[in-house]
Amino acid sequence: MPTDALFWHRLQFAFTIVYHYLFPQLTMGLALLIVVMKSLARREPAWNEAARFWIRIFGINFAVGVVTGVPMEFQFGTNWAAFSQFAGKVVGHTLAMEGLFAFFLESSFLALLVWGERRLGPRGHTLAAWALFVGSWLSGYFIIATNSFMQHPVGHAMLPDGTLRLVDFGAFVLNPWALAAYAHNMTATVVTGSFVVAAVGAYYTLQGRHAAQARRFLRLGVIAGLIAAVVVAFPTGDHQAKMVARHQPAGLAAMEGRFASGPMAEITLIGQPNRRERRLDNPIKVPGMLSFLAFGTFHGNVPGLLEFPEADWPDNIELLYYAFHVMAGLGTLMIALMALATLALLRRRLERSRRLLWALMLAFPFPYIATTAGWMTTELGRQPWLVYGLLRTAQGASPTVHSGTVLFTLIGFCGLYLVLGILFLFLIGREIAHGLGSAEAAHG
Amino acid sequence: MVELWYGIVALMLTLYVVLDGFDLGAGMLHVVVARTDAERRQVLAAIGPYWDGNEVWLLAAGGALFVAFPKALAAGLSGFYLAIMLVLWCLLLRGISIEFRSHIRDHMWRGFWDGVLALASGLLALFFGAALGNLLRGLPLGPDGWFGLALFTDFLARPPVGILDWYTVLVGAFAVLALALHGALYLAWRTDGAVRERSLAIARPAAWIAVIAWPLVTWATVAVHPAMFETFARRPLAWLGAVLALAGAAAIGLSLRRGRDLAAFLGSSGFIAGLLVATAASLFPVMLRAVPDAALSITAYAASNDAYGLRVALGWWSVGFPLAIAYLVLLFRLHRGRAAAARDGEGY
Repeated sequence: MPTDALFWHRLQFAFTIVYHYLFPQLTMGLALLIVVMKSLARREPAWNEAARFWIRIFGINFAVGVVTGVPMEFQFGTNWAAFSQFAGKVVGHTLAMEGLFAFFLESSFLALLVWGERRLGPRGHTLAAWALFVGSWLSGYFIIATNSFMQHPVGHAMLPDGTLRLVDFGAFVLNPWALAAYAHNMTATVVTGSFVVAAVGAYYTLQGRHAAQARRFLRLGVIAGLIAAVVVAFPTGDHQAKMVARHQPAGLAAMEGRFASGPMAEITLIGQPNRRERRLDNPIKVPGMLSFLAFGTFHGNVPGLLEFPEADWPDNIELLYYAFHVMAGLGTLMIALMALATLALLRRRLERSRRLLWALMLAFPFPYIATTAGWMTTELGRQPWLVYGLLRTAQGASPTVHSGTVLFTLIGFCGLYLVLGILFLFLIGREIAHGLGSAEAAHG
Repeated sequence: MVELWYGIVALMLTLYVVLDGFDLGAGMLHVVVARTDAERRQVLAAIGPYWDGNEVWLLAAGGALFVAFPKALAAGLSGFYLAIMLVLWCLLLRGISIEFRSHIRDHMWRGFWDGVLALASGLLALFFGAALGNLLRGLPLGPDGWFGLALFTDFLARPPVGILDWYTVLVGAFAVLALALHGALYLAWRTDGAVRERSLAIARPAAWIAVIAWPLVTWATVAVHPAMFETFARRPLAWLGAVLALAGAAAIGLSLRRGRDLAAFLGSSGFIAGLLVATAASLFPVMLRAVPDAALSITAYAASNDAYGLRVALGWWSVGFPLAIAYLVLLFRLHRGRAAAARDGEGY
């Protein structure tokens, strides 16, 4: 087992960020759906009851997102101090703006949204829902803009001391990579939100409880789910893939397990990358598709890994390859499922189709797995760079923090997050079991 | 510009301590001042809507530090690695203890989270105080601009230094005392009935102890960092801070006697803010003080972003900061008045 500190720094950051992001993705997706429910409630007041239920789920989910998010902010300094010193003059802007523009908005209105409906009245309460929506989606942008600088640095220059400085704030904030990644990521959060709403609707329908509200959940979840699942793939995912092809060609080659270069590049449906033999084992491929997806023409030359020095290859080609294929595979599956469900919904058969309801109920982990795999693709594909082309990951870790110390805190996070996860599932399970109805009964 | 940003970071950190200070103090004390479940919920209703926003001031101040003085943030956070992780875990436990507690009506569930809240709040106050103590006592910065601190060495407050020694623990204990007083005065202002009475019963002796402990801690600070008081004498802003702290302390005493709860809480806010302003003004431009070789200290000038970066940051900060203050004012207006023993379903 590797014992150098870098490995543990990476593992701790990966673990805490993957765990953390399980929560904001639902927060952001659900925030939009809650706003939709509040708007629908103006014509059909029963939607208010639905919104109340989802706001309770949202509140618990948000709390866990907050407490697991705080360590992320600090780890820039604690674990990646050399990176912070190197790029802080640039990425410090977006990280600080997230606190000022997003966190204050969210934190100020969360308690009002969850507990304050009577205090605020219907209009004020809708406003609080909007505040959470705007706050959480702004927060998403600032983080993605930060990450996008690491993926595709723009608007910066090098100082004589070897650190980066900002020269063009507009270019940095409106990084084309950030716009593409934001569109892709935010529609993915709506997929997560929709699948969860639809899953609960399916569960209640199968249980024969809350029939009218369950129908609302299904209707909203399935329609929003289909739209979002399609938009995640096209145009946003497609656009994102073209960005990778243009700016991180070695990453794209590794995502596809492609070693040799050439036009008419095939896309791999199944196969195992074999780094030692420099080939893909047991592949099933569609010829020309990768060239077409990456460059819009079948004759586009997609360079393979052999074209790049091995020192610039992503250091975990296998994991990157699997992550990308899991994301793309699940994305396709989710479109198919939601398309089937939409058809059944239009024919008014969804509530009686037990098989489809079971599938919808059990499918809620798919978007979580797909977004996690998607972010793994992004982060592993950027390797071996921390800031693409400018700073290697190996140069970014804190110089004075020893490996044993990081292992110790990683174990601490594992234990704490295990307990937190159990508590979260317990409380969410309780809310779903309790169902709709007054909060007093839920918390009485 | 560097001076301005040093001031902005200090201002935001001060706001953090004053604001989160009251919920940390209330969190520490609530197991004592609130005995029945209804009383505990009364305390939680008084801090529940605020704690998250208050904690954001720490993140926002950290963000300001990051963009304005990235070198100081990088060296500081990595040097205090283990202590920061302990703080993060306590912040996590504090947050979920408030958010999870009232979801289940069961005396053991609720009692458990009450205990977690009290312990995490107390430890956070201790750690934050000790962190300030470390900055004052000095850090073993190397010529490469980095340091790593052991959790403790020989407790002697001189090289080789550790995070905990007699001085930093003393400052930590003073922080616990000051924030307990702050929290008690907040609860006296924002609650009624038995909780208010008990909070006042704690605030009165706590105020006396704080007044006695203050010169003691100051004397200890002279012992570990004598040079700071030479700069203090030359800095009008530091004097202003000291006067504010004195006025705050006096206001606490007078208001407690006259039963003016809000004035007493504002006095305590002034006391804490004054101490921090005086400290920050005296330390400038040093952000991370090096011992034994003071020449290795990281100053604001050496750690800062360049002129363009600071100017751009000032641009968005001037929009975001007033917004944050506006949300805070709105929140206090919406929740104005004393928290009565909470009704179910309408709060924490």
